[in-house]
Order: sequence, then structure tokens, then C-alpha cells
Amino acid sequence: MLTYPRWKYFVILIVLLLSALYALPNIYPQDPSVQVTASRGAKVDPALSAQVSTTLKQAGVTPKSVELDNGNLLVRLNNADQQIKANDVLRDKLGSNYVVALNLASTVPNWLEKIGAKPMLLGLDLQGGVHFLMQVDQKAALDKRMDATAEDVRVSLRDGRVRYDSVERRGGNTIIATLANAADAEKARVEIAKSQPNLLLDVQGNTLSVQVSEAEMQRMAVEAIEQNVGTLRNRINALGVSEPIIQRQGSDRIVVQLPGVQDTAQAKRILGATATLEYRGVVEGNAYDAVATGNVPPEARVYYRRELGPDGKPMPVLLNKRVIASGDQLVGATSMMDSQTGTPAVSVRLNGVGGQRMFDYTTDHVGKPMAVVYIERIPEVRVVDGKEVRTTKVNEEVISVANINGVFGKEFQTTGLDSSKEAADLALLLRSGSLAAPMDFIEERIVGPSLGRENIERGLTAVVYSFSFALVFFLFYYRVFGIITCLALLLNMLMLIAVMSLFNATLTLPGLAGIALTVGMSVDANVLINERIREELRLGLPPQTAIAEGYERASGTIADANLTAILAGVALFAFGTGPVKGFAVSLIVGIATSMYTAVGVSRAIATLIYGGRRKIKSIWI
Amino acid sequence: MKPFNVFPYDSNINFIRLRWLSLGIALAMLLVAVGGMVVKGFNFALDFTGGAVTEMRFEKPVDVDDVRERLDRAGYGGAQVQSFGSGNDLLIRLQPKQAAAGAEDKGNTTASDVQNALAFEGNPGKVLRSEVVGPQVGKDLAINGLWALIFVVVGFLIYISFRFEKKFAIAAVLTTLHDVVVVTGWFALSGHEFDLTVLAGVLSVMGFSINDTIVVFDRVRENFRSMRATPQEILNKSINQTLSRTVITSFVAFLTVFALYLYGGGSLQGMAESQMIGIIIGTLSSIFVACPLLTIGFLKVTKQDLMPKAKDEAALARRP
Repeated sequence: MLTYPRWKYFVILIVLLLSALYALPNIYPQDPSVQVTASRGAKVDPALSAQVSTTLKQAGVTPKSVELDNGNLLVRLNNADQQIKANDVLRDKLGSNYVVALNLASTVPNWLEKIGAKPMLLGLDLQGGVHFLMQVDQKAALDKRMDATAEDVRVSLRDGRVRYDSVERRGGNTIIATLANAADAEKARVEIAKSQPNLLLDVQGNTLSVQVSEAEMQRMAVEAIEQNVGTLRNRINALGVSEPIIQRQGSDRIVVQLPGVQDTAQAKRILGATATLEYRGVVEGNAYDAVATGNVPPEARVYYRRELGPDGKPMPVLLNKRVIASGDQLVGATSMMDSQTGTPAVSVRLNGVGGQRMFDYTTDHVGKPMAVVYIERIPEVRVVDGKEVRTTKVNEEVISVANINGVFGKEFQTTGLDSSKEAADLALLLRSGSLAAPMDFIEERIVGPSLGRENIERGLTAVVYSFSFALVFFLFYYRVFGIITCLALLLNMLMLIAVMSLFNATLTLPGLAGIALTVGMSVDANVLINERIREELRLGLPPQTAIAEGYERASGTIADANLTAILAGVALFAFGTGPVKGFAVSLIVGIATSMYTAVGVSRAIATLIYGGRRKIKSIWI
Repeated sequence: MKPFNVFPYDSNINFIRLRWLSLGIALAMLLVAVGGMVVKGFNFALDFTGGAVTEMRFEKPVDVDDVRERLDRAGYGGAQVQSFGSGNDLLIRLQPKQAAAGAEDKGNTTASDVQNALAFEGNPGKVLRSEVVGPQVGKDLAINGLWALIFVVVGFLIYISFRFEKKFAIAAVLTTLHDVVVVTGWFALSGHEFDLTVLAGVLSVMGFSINDTIVVFDRVRENFRSMRATPQEILNKSINQTLSRTVITSFVAFLTVFALYLYGGGSLQGMAESQMIGIIIGTLSSIFVACPLLTIGFLKVTKQDLMPKAKDEAALARRP
């Protein structure tokens, strides 16, 4: 007749408890707060805490609390206005030794956090902040790598004492080396293969074609975008944003989300600064003559210095085409005062390859000048004949020319900077690492904090109303079974919130819409069951059998109908971005949990109500 | 106590007899929708076209013409300005300026530009929201939307063929596509803005529509196995038996989405609209289109199509 295994009740009880527990963190409000972290060897200690407290007191801000936590200082405040004020005051006072960031501090009790219960993250549309989508110029990245490969080929040939006429790049991924002597071809092949085993080499007469394999190109592209993601992460850390999101999207895009940030101009400047350094040897000769006559030595190129010459124009200088070391070989950079000259300087550390190259070069060129070129890339968009044309303006400036006064290895100093601020700025840019490939901003969204708050309110109101509409209708239409349906729907909602919190899903405005829609869809399962029970009753079955039959027969239909609906949700998730994904997640989770609550839980309740009694004449449905 | 009911117990409307009429109307709607898309096209939102949109809130109502003039002076010609809400809120659409040369302009964002241009004395404006999207992103979105559609259609075909039968799969997918096209067509015809959330709404209509259709088909399958009657009678009976469920579900689902439309604010309205229309069309099509499709041409179902046959065939194969 109408029975339901006891262990299933047990499961329901556990599900209910777990759902309640993991949904709980969402009701704790977050404190607007300011987080202070140390950078550059500064310390976060009770002394700093005291300093922060007095600073805030002077500015007329009363914090809720000032806590030391994992080496960070967390200042909780009473409202958002105070938070911004505190942020400004502390930033000024603490200077560049500390990073001061706006944060939202959780008020969830410790024991909940210990069992992994966290509130759902809020999307930018619900809390305000900026979102950037950046396009990585893969072509430029590959170009750069191909140039480096060509240079490596030249070096290999030179080191192997193979004379060559030219080494040139041809088309996409081929480099053609023309040798002086066809007899040397085999020797050249061996030399190159020795130093770069993953190149495809082909000898034809006195030409040697060097090909980079497709797989290698692919690897370079992936590496380039990963390096950019790393670089952005470093730069954003310097910006002081709590919980930023920096993600690869597809093969050539990067998404950056900075919750709470409102000053897009500053964020963009820091993110978009594509500055890098190159160390190049100075070629002897009169640069002014070279510019005037156009007779530039074959191995050299004309660069201009940042300072102006006596004629009021930038001074030209001839630099070797060959790069000694470049930004991507740079490991670290710190600004300092040069102990010998007392001028601002940047101390630089290179990686193994860069260090070796620097060592090789400086060994041969002690006493000769070497230059540092600062390269900045400025993306430009112009409209030509109604079509958008993206170009890039590259600014190359020689920021210092200094004599090599010894053999450099991995560590050395760059001097000749105007001010200690300039040194600090340069060091920051260098330290953040360089971008492997230039990037353009192709999408930018700002959501103000007040709109975020409004969105949450509206979204929640909508969910509450849609929920109430459904509940009232069911109570009226199905009476006792309406109560059962309502209980099932409530548990469904609780489970949905718990699951989304547990998986750290981000709640967006469309996500809230998804929750509302889930109510609409999960209703379907309950309606199917209730209607089926009515039908069985009409066919003359006794009430308890009718209930059992109703659940039994509706289950198959519910599974078929919901699995197809989940399929649509999966497609949305797979092909959607940002907010659409949020919508898809709540839809999928909601349908899945509703299958359980509608079939399993509501049946358990129905059995609880009607199962125990011997004889029932009629049921209220 | 007697239950409430939307439809009398033994409703016996002959839906199949109306099939040419209902299919004709469905086809007409489809053609109008496609025609609307071809002739009128969509009012694509920023997500698809690229450009910039800024939402600002002022302390006092502002004069829209004045705003337009100020923007013009700031170098943003042809800006669309629209006030909404209490009249203190402005929605401004414009083409972002080409990045001017020179490093100091690099960080200039359209939002702060607009804010500067609209710095009224004593009536400061706050940027609520600002978006700049390149056209490339829009193209990608459209392509992704199309892929999602294909993925869903293929997924439905496989799942339904596996659980039901090929004819059912085709009929269900045709019905669902019909619904999606009609909803999309509505956006073309009404000129309402088509943005990313609307796209999500349209795709979720597929989920709802197929859900509705599957429930009816499920009953058709059950009845084919247990009843002795002509396919037409069975189809009719199945629709009638599931009619009150179909209507109640749709009614409640419509209510919930209607709440979204009423209380969700501007950014959810498009999505809610697509879903409201989707629910109505999806409900009607599961009644008037899905089953009638099973009576015509190569989609005509017979009892053999639905009898569990795997066992018999295996048994037959074992015979000497």
C-alpha cells in the first residue's frame, strides 16, 4: 500500500540539515571593510594596528573593529561611506609600503567556515565593480617569438663558426638561412639541432630552412596568454583589489573583474600599460650623420633618447639590432639609491638565459656603452571607410646609456633615472613582469555600487513574489497536497541555495532570474504528480493506492521532461558567458534538486500524512 | 470534498480533427516570425553591436535635449539619450571615441568622459552603469548562441530517439524550434531590444517547450501500450488527459516569470518577456502542434512504433 522506506526519511532529514547548514552563511551580512597588506618587507604588527586606529580617529572615522588576521590588517567599518573615507585616509598615510584595498569582510561565524560553509559570491552586477575583457594579440606574440628564434639561429651559426650570408624570416613560421658555403650545410644543421632540438630543419643546397612546428606554435600561443594572465595578476595585486577574478577565456582572451573598483581610468592605466625593457648594445658611429645621410650600419637601428639634445630635439643613438636581454627574461626589479652616484636606480635580476646572455655580452664589451630601451605600446582605434581599424603605436625610448663597468651576471643595476619616483614607477612596471603579447580592451563594464544594491533588492523581490504566487496557487488548488507541494518547493529552494554556496557559484542578476524560473519549472513535477493522483482517484482506485500509483507513474515522465530541460541548461552553460552562465547554473542545479524534492520528499510527506491510517475515505487534493 | 478543476474531468476536445487548422496557424506564425526577422531585423543591444552605453542618475531631472547638446560638444555626435525611471535617470548610448593619440588620453574612459560632459551646476550625476563592447565580442556571442541551439537540437534528437522513437524526436524538435523562432520573431517585430539576457531567455524557452511536449508524448506512449484504439483517438485522448496539467503548469510558470517582469527591474524585463511569450507559445504548441505532427506524412505514428520490441526481436532471433 502506501509505505516509504524508513532510511529514505533519514536521508531527507540529513539533506534538510545539510541544506540548512550550508545555506546559512548567506544570511550573514558583510561588513564594508578596508584591508591593509604589507608590501616590500613592511610588517603588519600591533604597532601598525595602533597607527591605523589613531589615523582613523583623527579623520573622524570610528571603525567597528581593527583585526590582525593572517598577516593582514582588517578594518571593519559601519557603512560604505566610512569605508571609502577610511580607504583614502589610510592610503595617504601608509604610503607605498602597504597596499590598502576595499573589501567586504564576512561575518560568518568561525565554526561555519570551518565546515566549508561560505556565502555565495555576488557577481559584479549585484555588488558593483568593473569588468574588462582583453584581447591578446597572438600574432604579435608569435612575431616576437619568431624574431627571437631567428636570432637564436644566427647565434648558433656564429658559435659553430658557420659563415652565412643572411638569416631571414619567411612568411608564417619559416626561417631561411642562406649559407656562404653549401658544404657547410650539414654542419649548420647539426649546430642548430644541437641548441634547438624541436625545430624542423631542411637542407637544400646552400640554404637551410628552419621551421617551427605547428605544435610548437600552439605551445607558444598558450604560453603567451598564460604569461599575460600572470602579469595581470601581479599588476592587480599592486592595485589593491580584494578577490579579483583573472581568467583565460578561449584561446586569446582574458577576463578581469575587479569588484568594488570604481575608478576605471586608474585600473585601465595599470592593466593596459604594456611597457617592457630591452637591453641593447650601442653601435659606434655618429648617429647624427647616420640620420642625416640614411647610412645606418647594417647591424644597427636608430633609436632616440628620452632627453632632448642641445638642439631641442631628441638625440639619436645607434643601437644593435640584437637584443641582449628583454623584459620577459626579467625576474625582479627594485628601486633604490645607487650607492656610488647617489642617484635613483633600479636593481634588476634576470633569469638564467638572460643572465647568461648578459654575461656573454658584457664579457666581450667591458668599457663600451649599453643602452636600455623602454618600449610602450599604445593601442589605437580608427575608423577608415566605415570600418574599424586597430593599429598600435609603439613608443620606443632610450632611457639610459651607460658604460659597462664590469661583467654583469644575473644581477645588476640600471641607473640614470630622473627621480626616485620614476625609479619606483619603473621598478613597479618591471616587477609586474612584461606582457608576452600586447592586449586591447575590447569590453568594459562598470556597475556602480548603488545599482548593485538596487539589483539585489529587485532580484530578491522578484524571487519572493514568484515564490509566493506559486505557493498561494497551490494551497488554493490542491489543499493538503498543496501544503506538501509547498514544503517540497521550500526545501528545493533551500537545497538550491546550499548547493550553489557549496560550489562557490557566483550569483548574478540573471542567476536570480534562474532561481525564479526554477520555481516555475519545478512546479511542473509537482503538478504532474498531483494531477496523476486525481486521475487515479477518478478511475476509482482507493486513495492510498492512488497516491502510490500517482507518484510511481509520474516519476518516469518527470525524469524525461526534466532531463531534456537540463540539456538546454547545459548548452546555455557551455556556450554562454558571464551572466548567462550564472543563469544556466541556477537553472541546472534547480531542476536537478527539484527532481529530488518533487518525487522523493513530497512522497515522504504524503506517506507521513496518509500512510499510517488504516482506512481513508477521501483525500484532499 | 470535490477538487477544484480547470477543465472538466472528461474533456474530449477533438484536437486532431483541427490539425490542419492548427498546423496552418502555427505555420503562419512561423512565416510571420521569419518574415519579421528578414524584413525588420533585430534591435540588437550593445552586447551584439558593440558601442557604449552609460546609465547615470542625477539629483534633479535633466533636460534631454540639453544633454544631447553637451555630448555633441564633447565630441560625441549622434548620441541617443533616453530618460527612464523617475526621470532623474538617463540612458546614454554612443559610439566611443577613437582612442586619441598621446599617453594622457589612454586612460580616459567613456564613462568619465560622459560624466565630465554632463557636470551640471548643482545637479551632479553619478554613473550607475557603463559598458563598452567591441563588435567582435557581439559576433562571438551570436555564433555561440547558434552553437548552443545546434547542441540543444542534437541533444534532444538523441535523447528523445533513445527514450521514445525517432518520429517523436523529430516532432518534438520541430515544435521546439517553432517556439523559439516565434519568440525570436516577436523581438524582431516588436522592435524590443535583443540583448544577452533575452538570448538566454530564448534558449531557456527551448527547455520549457520541450518539457511540455515530452509530458504529452509520455502519455501518448503509455496510452499506445495500454489502449486499443486508432492512433488518432489515442493522441486525442492523451492531449485531453494531460490538458489540465499542461494548463496549470503553464499558468504557474507564467505567474513566476510575470513576477520577474513586474519586480525584476529593467535589466530582467527582456528576459522575462521572452519567457512569458515562450511559455504561452510553448503551451499552445504542445497541445496544437506536437501531437498533430504525429499524424501527418512520414511522422505518422503507429502502434508498432511504440510497442516495446527489443525483447521480441531478441526472442525471435534466438529461434532456429
